[in-house]
Amino acid sequence: MKPHRIIALLPLVAILSACNAVVLHPSGDVAVQQRDLLLYATELMAIVIVPVAFLTILFAWHYRHTNTKARYEPEWHHSTKLEVVIWGVPVIIIIFLGMATWTTAHTLDPYRQITRIAPDQLVPPGTKPLQIEVVALDWKWLFIYPEQGIATVNDVAAPVNQPIEFRLTSSRVQNALSIPALAGQVYAMPGMETELHAVINEPGDYRGYSSRFSGAGFSKMHFTFHGKSAADFDKWVADAKATGTTLDSATYLQLAVPSEGEPVHRYANVDPELYKTILDRCVGQSPNMCLSTMRANDLKKGNGLCRPNVASN
Amino acid sequence: MSPDTPPLDPIFGRLTLDAIPYQEPILVVTFAVVALAGIFAVGALTYFRLWGYLWREWITSVDHKRIGIMYIVLAIIMLVRGFADAIMMRLQQAIAFNGSEGYLPAHHYDQIFTAHGVIMIFFVATPLIVGVMNFVIPLQIGARDVSFPYLNNLGFWLTAVAAILVNVSLFVGEFSQGGWVGEPPLTGAEASPGVGVDYYLWALQISGLGTIIGGINLLATIIKMRAPGLTFMKLPIFCWTSLCVNALIVLSFPFLTIAVTLLTLDRLFGTHFFTADFGGNPMAYVNLVWIWGHPEVYILILPALGVYSEVAAVFSGKRLFGYTSMVYATVSITVIGFVVWLHHFFTMGSGASVNGFFGLMTALIAIPTGVKVYNWLFTMYRGRVRFEVPMMWTISFMLTFLLGGLTGVLCSIPAADFQLHNSLFLVGHFHNVAIGAIVFAMMAAIDYWFPKAFGFRLEPFWGKLSVWFWTVGFFVAFLPIYVAGLSGVTRRTRVFDDPSEQNLQILFVIAAIGAFIALLGVVFFLVQLFVSIRNREALRDTTGDPWNARTLEWSTSSPPPEYNFAFTPVVHDVDAWADMKARGYSRPSEGFKPIHMPRNTATGIVASVLLLIFSFAVIWYMWLVAGVSFALLLLVLIGHTFNYNRSFHIPADVVARTESERTRLLAQQG
Repeated sequence: MKPHRIIALLPLVAILSACNAVVLHPSGDVAVQQRDLLLYATELMAIVIVPVAFLTILFAWHYRHTNTKARYEPEWHHSTKLEVVIWGVPVIIIIFLGMATWTTAHTLDPYRQITRIAPDQLVPPGTKPLQIEVVALDWKWLFIYPEQGIATVNDVAAPVNQPIEFRLTSSRVQNALSIPALAGQVYAMPGMETELHAVINEPGDYRGYSSRFSGAGFSKMHFTFHGKSAADFDKWVADAKATGTTLDSATYLQLAVPSEGEPVHRYANVDPELYKTILDRCVGQSPNMCLSTMRANDLKKGNGLCRPNVASN
Repeated sequence: MSPDTPPLDPIFGRLTLDAIPYQEPILVVTFAVVALAGIFAVGALTYFRLWGYLWREWITSVDHKRIGIMYIVLAIIMLVRGFADAIMMRLQQAIAFNGSEGYLPAHHYDQIFTAHGVIMIFFVATPLIVGVMNFVIPLQIGARDVSFPYLNNLGFWLTAVAAILVNVSLFVGEFSQGGWVGEPPLTGAEASPGVGVDYYLWALQISGLGTIIGGINLLATIIKMRAPGLTFMKLPIFCWTSLCVNALIVLSFPFLTIAVTLLTLDRLFGTHFFTADFGGNPMAYVNLVWIWGHPEVYILILPALGVYSEVAAVFSGKRLFGYTSMVYATVSITVIGFVVWLHHFFTMGSGASVNGFFGLMTALIAIPTGVKVYNWLFTMYRGRVRFEVPMMWTISFMLTFLLGGLTGVLCSIPAADFQLHNSLFLVGHFHNVAIGAIVFAMMAAIDYWFPKAFGFRLEPFWGKLSVWFWTVGFFVAFLPIYVAGLSGVTRRTRVFDDPSEQNLQILFVIAAIGAFIALLGVVFFLVQLFVSIRNREALRDTTGDPWNARTLEWSTSSPPPEYNFAFTPVVHDVDAWADMKARGYSRPSEGFKPIHMPRNTATGIVASVLLLIFSFAVIWYMWLVAGVSFALLLLVLIGHTFNYNRSFHIPADVVARTESERTRLLAQQG
């Protein structure tokens, strides 16, 4: 390696150890598996990359113009044996990588209910995941707990070792809910619902933010994700209940007005239909037709063209 | 538009004096500098009476060599603009910690990262690639020009006016704040009512049109205009990669045209293709734009890989190792490149099997890419490696690209991408490839083919400095960016006000230092051009083959005559020129015939400028101007079809004179 490269690498090593990069030191089981996958793939690739880097420097140096002692064969340009290696090695590595790619695409699919809490601990049968409904607003996050009946802005918590089921949508533009310590990210899109299943293993406060650019207030669209013990989580819910405020369609429409750097606040009660109407894009006295109504109308009116599964009678 | 908005001015539409950002000091200073430079340039051209020369020899020229050079000049000018944007972003991110808002408000910062991406992809990388292809391909295949010389000129001017449109937005109105692929609903009429997105859409539309026209032209040229004996499996690798690239352009750019057109309709006429309401679907835009966008990645990288193949063989003094492998690898990348687009949005929530499929396809494309790296490696093996500037770029690329390939593969695994997507790790990856593969290749290409284009070599000292500063600058700038990505920093962040991320500032300070080191790489390249032009007599190449190269372009004089080849060469082997040299080829000195050549035309620039006026008028709702300019545009284009005086013959005695002058020069070499 050229000396300049080593100098360039030094700060990297120092920084890597200093910063405790969260993706490499996560606290939730899904993120741990993602980290392990990253390391596995890196090791597989290193089988090719390290020798090639070494040979590049070796060949460039050994066969330099001034080294007249090195063998020179200007017409040598083909070797079947070498070609087999050149194609074969990447193929074998990609077979291994491909198997990991395909398997983890399914086991770590964000729509899939998680089956394990930790490497040696399966989810006990009959466990119900904690439901959290997430709405990306301009430019803050609304978290609705339908079972607890509370809602929070820019603040979200979950008990450790309990599976969590996020359902996500957005008010106006696209965002992505991202909590690297927990499970990475999934898009939140208006009129669409996405899901993310995860579990947090260690109590603590973790950084969460939007990872899909959404306009002027994007940089300050972050929140804290708290992993809490069961007792602390109950207390956190009770604190929200104690505020006595209610989130209904009128307060939601006020909240949805674009704002930046919104402080944390909580609601003791939530209109149970609110999330559904946000997803349906017809909160309160919205002039828009609900998406579900429109889809139903389309099915009825489509002259048979748009009704693939509707029995005609 | 809601009914209570005041009626538009019939001439100026929604353009008012408020659109001039005279309250923003950065822009005012920029404008002053640009205006001064413009006045200076116009003054110099007038003083030295160069307008006529410029018009006859360059602006209206249909000579592929001249057009190629104009593309590259455009790209270098835009590189300076794009790099200035990069420096501004690096400074903003380095200081916006500990409660500081930095020096750029969101409205400005968001335009800068959008413009940076748009400019670097559409107006730096693409024109560099197209320019090099334009210059090199006809010479490498033994042709006298491209298939459609007028379209070539038109394609260039469309690209140029699109670049002008982007720069106009700097001083009149604003540019898009929606990122370089401009995904709705953020770029829809509701979330972005201003003119910024309209500038963006028209710039893309026009430059896309130019690229499609260029693609059709070069595709036809490679297929139809190869010299006798130059069968496909004897085609230089650069031409092979170009052939694949132009096929990709013709197949993929229409998707961009469609996406951009539909979004324009959404914004102008209130249709609902990509809105979240009324049955629209923004995810359709994301898919359409990446069905173009991923092949675009290979459109940019394949010619770069072609350049490395040419350079590695020439400067190793050897035939390229595994020519056939290289061809199959190139073709497989081309084909698989069309079925990987979804890896740009694994996190949009497609099912596991869809993500898995696109992840597998992306992994698959790593195989032919890996094969190429091995082939360059074994081209050096048992060669005689000369460390000229193009070869230094190549070796630097081979090492840098390994890291870019590794991080690319990591991002391509869907489950891992749920962590890496849109993080600075991803930003690190694509800059790793964009700089380490594309920019380095184009710098190598400029250094390698410069003597062919201008008749003198570039001063190697400054070129080597440029290699080192670009390389070291890249690593110092982007290794911290990778680390920041792994620490959970997302792209396009303007301000770091989260208390838990304050310890990351050091990363951005180092990255900013790296950006300045790379900037010196650009400066040294410009110094290299300047010094070389001043010392051009000492650096003069009279042989036509300064590198002892292997392909047909080096059989001509430097620079080649307007007609490239007095007699069409006949090809017997891969590396035709090396083969001719080995068999003791001697140049014919008599029997010259008149040469049929295309005639210059002003239609390209006139039509492009009219389209520029039309798009500017539509952006500002100046409907009267739009109508008039569009009618004129149609008239010019139809009028051109009645122009039957499109070619002329270079008389045989002129050809004979040119060729004997070259014979005399060669004889002086001894």
